[in-house]
Amino acid sequence: MPATDSAGLGRGRALAFVAPALVLIGIFLVFPALWSIYIGLTDYTLTGPSSVNPRIVGADNITGALSDPLFGNSLWLTLLFVFGSALIGQNILGFTLAWMLRGARRWLRRLVEGLVLLAWILPSTVVAYLWVAVLDRDGGTLNALLNTPGTAWLVQYPMISLIVFNLWRGTAFSMLLYSSALDVVPPSQLETARMVGAGRFSTLKDVVFPHIRGHVLTNTLLITLWTANDFTPFLLTAGGPDHRSETLPVFIYQQALGSGALGYASAISFLLLLVNLVIALVYLRLLRRRG
Amino acid sequence: MRRRSLMSLLVALTLPAAGCVGKPAGTDTGQNADVREYTLTISSNALAGGKNAAMAKWTTEYVIPKFVEAQKAKGINATVRFEGNGADDKDYKTKVALDLKTGGGADVQEIDGIWLGEFAQAGQAKPLADLVGQDKVDAWEGWSRIPPAVAALGDFEGRRYGVPVGTDGRVLYFNKKLFAQAGLPADWQPRSWDEILDAARKLKAVPGIVPIQLNAGTAMTEATTMQGVLPLLAGTGKPVYDNGKWQGATQNVKDVLGLYQTIYSGGLGDPLLQQEAKGRDKSFAQFADNKIGILLESDYFWRAVLNPANGVAKMADRDSAVGWARIPAQRPGSGVGGQDFVSMSGGSIRMVNPNTKYPRQAWELLQFMNSFDATRARVADTPQITVRSDVNDEVLKGDPMLTYVSKEVLPITRYRPGLAQYTPVSAALQQATADVVAGKSPDEAAAAYQQAVVKAVGEANVATG
Repeated sequence: MPATDSAGLGRGRALAFVAPALVLIGIFLVFPALWSIYIGLTDYTLTGPSSVNPRIVGADNITGALSDPLFGNSLWLTLLFVFGSALIGQNILGFTLAWMLRGARRWLRRLVEGLVLLAWILPSTVVAYLWVAVLDRDGGTLNALLNTPGTAWLVQYPMISLIVFNLWRGTAFSMLLYSSALDVVPPSQLETARMVGAGRFSTLKDVVFPHIRGHVLTNTLLITLWTANDFTPFLLTAGGPDHRSETLPVFIYQQALGSGALGYASAISFLLLLVNLVIALVYLRLLRRRG
Repeated sequence: MRRRSLMSLLVALTLPAAGCVGKPAGTDTGQNADVREYTLTISSNALAGGKNAAMAKWTTEYVIPKFVEAQKAKGINATVRFEGNGADDKDYKTKVALDLKTGGGADVQEIDGIWLGEFAQAGQAKPLADLVGQDKVDAWEGWSRIPPAVAALGDFEGRRYGVPVGTDGRVLYFNKKLFAQAGLPADWQPRSWDEILDAARKLKAVPGIVPIQLNAGTAMTEATTMQGVLPLLAGTGKPVYDNGKWQGATQNVKDVLGLYQTIYSGGLGDPLLQQEAKGRDKSFAQFADNKIGILLESDYFWRAVLNPANGVAKMADRDSAVGWARIPAQRPGSGVGGQDFVSMSGGSIRMVNPNTKYPRQAWELLQFMNSFDATRARVADTPQITVRSDVNDEVLKGDPMLTYVSKEVLPITRYRPGLAQYTPVSAALQQATADVVAGKSPDEAAAAYQQAVVKAVGEANVATG
């Protein structure tokens, strides 16, 4: 019996057990992925002649995307969005909240956690509606609070609005993850650091961070991927005005269903998949170096 | 090893299935013609209490009960349902295209005439004759009441796909009160672009108003093309699609963009309005509020926007304060076909869904919806130009504006080319106007437009120079 067969089932029976799962994964994950790669090689459209007789155009869609200024624009906006709202924003805000709540009274901790969590668990459509109401030009709550009547936040500052929105929306995850990560930092080491008179910054850098490095990387990986693929911006700005908030998922949707260019949009999805894979690989490398 | 063979199995399963992409739907002509009981669905972008509420009301309160009653008299048990929508035109088009592509959708489907070409090329729309038989199509009395130019809205490449719902025409609206303040006549009729600009410059003397609103930019989507670029292009003598070629960075396109530049960099129009998501609605409200001097719009603006009874931006003194004039060509005689004045028209059509189980019955319902009585009932509350001249003669009598459009504008109007390629070309034109409004020169904007058009339709199909 091979050493890997810890359950003692034997290869045949083990395969029979995982077969249903593999079939489901095949039907709902592998098949659509391969299908969209195939469509990405054609000039398939929603209407018009190419919807009946799509031609194989090979890599034309990919090369077309790479020279399409709108694609470049949306790639840049996606980077901005990920960097601003996830990498920097959610990470730092999440950690700060977790760190500050560590020593807080129990009820305060629960209250803040509850509020932050609420932003995370509400359905996207509800949240988007609330934010549109807050940021509206005529009678929006924010304009009333800041006394800035007539400022159309989603039109004049679309990317900043989206970044702040996503910061608000997604911080809960980082906060929860860091809360539990901070529990693994031995209190004795923090005590010692205080005894020798270490400042707040050096305590964080030399005592806390080495313990939670793996958590930081895992958290960053997850929120980066989520944010890069997030479609919620569509509910707030639909990519507008004039493509100024058109992140890649929104761009893909607009190309596929707005313009009907299904082939082109599939090719761009494929590019987005590649970008995701690269990001994941980089993080995994960093994680491995930890050991 | 095992995993690899599983993967290759999945790949092998995927590829033949993937070969099915784009398979056209099968045709089933004249089936179920003699059933005694059937169900039909009507769909349009109209919703009770929402968008195009009057159309929804007419469908549910007039068409369905009357049609069911008429069928019952023949001993046939018909059930008709209305499937309402209240979406943006673009989203509605996506929905209809997906419906038709996946073998579903309502039996009688209302679509914008401009989508017909691409739906037909995709097999998502089929000629009426193929669905119900040529003899059944020709037997309808209604054809003789619809002017051939209007009926052509439902045609593609010489074949008839549906019955137009209505049509429209575009004019220059102006505010007579503001005109009086600027010393301009109440019976204003410019004969060239320069005369429009002259009037706008005089209006600039009136404080706190925008002299002219000429739709521009991508936020206004098709309103920019239809109420801006296309009528102007027609005024330069060459429509956007001419002799099998789309216009690239031609002198005509540059002239049109030049007019935009004169208006928006010369302080004659409000460039910010063009970028707002609700810019067009806002232009309606401002015109109704006596804040805009001249506005290029369709008759929809008169009957559904400013209408003091049920418009979306009611103007109580509409009948006395609003004037209208034909859109002049760039210079007298420089318009398409040597015309002095130009216009553009569009309209929806109703077609029989190729996926329907009851094509004959759907055609009967379609005829009923376009009968004299049904058409008159539809426009009874709010007069509107229908496709039937017998109904127009009766309902437009009391409305000078709509009579003017029907008598003076429709004879000189042009329709958009009903081809799938029109959509990206239109988007490129919108982008070009957005560029000019944002400060680019007409030459730069035209060059970028040329690139976009070549990318969309191929170099061989673009005219330059």
